[in-house]
Amino acid sequence: MEQQNAIECRNLTKRFGQVVANKDVCLTVKKGEILSLLGENGSGKTTLMNMLSGIYYPDSGEILVDGKPVTIRGPKDAFALGIGMVHQHFKLVNVFTAAENIALGHEEKGRYDIRAVAARVREICDKYGFELDPDKKIYDMSVSEKQTVEIVKVLYRGAQILILDEPTAVLTPQETDKLFAVLRNMKADGKAVVIITHKLHEVLTLSDRVSVLRKGEYVGTVQTSEATADSLTEMMVGQKVDLHLERPLPKAPSPRLVLKDVSAMSAEGVRTLDKVNLTVFSGEILGIAGVAGSGQKELLEAIAGLQPLCEGSICYDDVRTGAAEELRGKTPLQIRDLGIHLSFVPEDRLGMGLVGSMGMIGNVMLRSYRSGKGIFTDRKAPRQLAQRLKEQLDIVTPGVNYPVRRLSGGNVQKVLVGREIAAAPTVLMAAYPVRGLDINSSYTIYDLLNQQKEKGVAVIYVGEDLDVMLELCDRIAVLCDGRLTGLVDARKTTKAQVGMLMTRQEKEEA
Amino acid sequence: MEKKTPLFHIVKRDTMPLWKAWAVRLASILLALVVCAVFINSVTGLNPLSVYASMFDGAFGTGRRIWNTVNDAMILLCIALAITPAFKMRFWNIGAEGQILVGGAATAAVMRYCGDSLPTPALFALMVVVSLLCGLVWGLVPAWFKARWNTNETLFTLMMNYIAIQLVSFLSIKWEAVKGSGTIGVINQSTKAGWIDTGFLSGIFGRFNYSINTTLILIITLLIFVYLNYTKHGYEIAVVGESENTARYAGISVRRVILRTMALSGALCGLVGFLLVSGSNHTISVNTAGGDGFTAIVVSWLAKFNPFAMIAISFLLTFLTRGAGQIASDFGLNESASDILTGIILFFILGSEFFINYRVLRSSRKEKEAE
Repeated sequence: MEQQNAIECRNLTKRFGQVVANKDVCLTVKKGEILSLLGENGSGKTTLMNMLSGIYYPDSGEILVDGKPVTIRGPKDAFALGIGMVHQHFKLVNVFTAAENIALGHEEKGRYDIRAVAARVREICDKYGFELDPDKKIYDMSVSEKQTVEIVKVLYRGAQILILDEPTAVLTPQETDKLFAVLRNMKADGKAVVIITHKLHEVLTLSDRVSVLRKGEYVGTVQTSEATADSLTEMMVGQKVDLHLERPLPKAPSPRLVLKDVSAMSAEGVRTLDKVNLTVFSGEILGIAGVAGSGQKELLEAIAGLQPLCEGSICYDDVRTGAAEELRGKTPLQIRDLGIHLSFVPEDRLGMGLVGSMGMIGNVMLRSYRSGKGIFTDRKAPRQLAQRLKEQLDIVTPGVNYPVRRLSGGNVQKVLVGREIAAAPTVLMAAYPVRGLDINSSYTIYDLLNQQKEKGVAVIYVGEDLDVMLELCDRIAVLCDGRLTGLVDARKTTKAQVGMLMTRQEKEEA
Repeated sequence: MEKKTPLFHIVKRDTMPLWKAWAVRLASILLALVVCAVFINSVTGLNPLSVYASMFDGAFGTGRRIWNTVNDAMILLCIALAITPAFKMRFWNIGAEGQILVGGAATAAVMRYCGDSLPTPALFALMVVVSLLCGLVWGLVPAWFKARWNTNETLFTLMMNYIAIQLVSFLSIKWEAVKGSGTIGVINQSTKAGWIDTGFLSGIFGRFNYSINTTLILIITLLIFVYLNYTKHGYEIAVVGESENTARYAGISVRRVILRTMALSGALCGLVGFLLVSGSNHTISVNTAGGDGFTAIVVSWLAKFNPFAMIAISFLLTFLTRGAGQIASDFGLNESASDILTGIILFFILGSEFFINYRVLRSSRKEKEAE
């Protein structure tokens, strides 16, 4: 039997100023199928889905639901049509319970009855196989539980068409499997599911069909059974891409950073790092894996002198002098004054690593503006460096004074990584350096990290894509709730094993 | 098909060329004048052109009026310059009013107590130093609390204004000229000691001594421009204003930058107090700053922190105030009528920024009709 179309887009176009986010995009989602929407960052996936869920209004084109043309002017219209979107960033009230969050903003006739809501939530959970306690407060929940609340919320409102924006970015491999099982149940129930993701293997295991966008334009749709990782990449990028990563053996590794019992506390008094013992060697890439918020950020900031320790020590072995310097209690400036070059690519690029309103020149000055005597800043050397980076890393910008905030994610990251590498570091820390980057930019960053490794730099790489980490890193340290739960040889371990380590703590407590 | 499609929607624009942006701004002022004309004619029945002529007359009609307008604009400019480093650091210093008052009060005190005893150069040096210091302290107190305990600087600087006002009311009683009048009156009326426009300064500048204020403030404009754009301090201010996290990451001591910048901001405001008391008023009252401490915020933001643009904007605002006052007296209009005109003009100027950044598109109705 021919499946019915749940939703159909015809020639949707959306512009933001000069940028055409979607150009004449046509897309069809059928009932009872899982459709993957694939595309690099900036290819317009989220814009397209936001038009379906009523957040943006298309400049032109039309949307058909169940074969009838509709006008979606706001999220309420979308809900009325049975379209529900689960956003990448959760929109939940922390001090409310799951049931309260689900009831929030949903106008039902009659008295507000939270018990009835909870009962229906349980019903939905049983039907599709979710595990969720409706009376649990959001602040007590893990990331995957919060996501469950978001999904149940849209189902509760009677969504027939579910849109999930990168749902697996924050999940462990085991949690991802659970989510996929639930999505398959929904599909069996006749619902249409659209999933946005970057991870090719997930596309291949989960979906029935794959639609691909490239630079705002619709490229095509293929049956998943007829696709491979290579063919999908080619569709996304528009050319063949070598997905192979080089991994040379570390040359003459020697200990560079020795962390002993490193512990830290958040402002609220929660332990964010708990007795972490770790040695980082020169000439290797050490991966740090863990569920988001397991202490990765704090660990890197502790090394960089931005996070005070409440216990432990961080020792830097200086190869040139043979001296061992204690970094604990030192500010970034004091560390630099010792002649130690720690480079740090933080997770929050524009909020921490760069100054968004400044151009490349202003940003490459950030580390070096103090150099030179007198009260005036020297802009000559930074200008030259900015020009050099622009050419070497193919940074696309109208000019070195153009605000970096307006550059695309990949170019922003190249400015940041370029500046940090230009400082000739001995330790290079990078937190999620390829997040939000397209495939070509990602591979540029991997190459840069490998170059540093071969120069004998100790590279610390915090990542989220385990497939990449297993190919790129030499060793992987796994963090869970601020504790080091494992340190494995990336050449010998498996994804499942790392996944187990990422959640070990919870398992022990259970 | 249902008629639910919205009539128009708003789209962000590409960056507009500079000349076009200024053309839009100019057009908005012209449009504002047209709207004002309609308003004037329909409400009062007066000829709008004669009202505009009277506005111009009020601001530039006589030599004295020109001097007043220039002087007021310069004072407003100087306050805007003073608060700009703080605002660029995203430190909401709305305490300029109080910082000016304490600077002015300190100047008045020196004039009163040392006017007869000190030689003129020393007197002026003392007035400048004391006014700078008092403004500095007034600015530093909220900054220190902000840096130490992250208190809310908006409330803090605002409350410091009231302390300054109370202080000046107290001095008004203590120093009152005629018992029971509650006002200080002109200080050193007979000797003119400590007046910028007399004494040894006029000996140096001759008949140009009226332009001392102006010259000084234009120099400050240039210095602030250089400070913000070409010095290490200015760079640090920009980084802290953008993101404290980025500043920490770069090894900048956020606390030190906050304290240093507010010290500068407060001290400059204190200097304005000196210029007001010694340069034009020769007395002090709670109205000495006259709300300019708040108007200056508008100047600073409208100019997008560019000191040179601030010159134009402070002139425009002063022109409006002066002109509005004139038409109120010439035509027997209520003060509120002129306030409405000022309001209309400001509304259009601010509104033009919206059209510089955004475009309003009619929805694709034609397409729908074509189907």
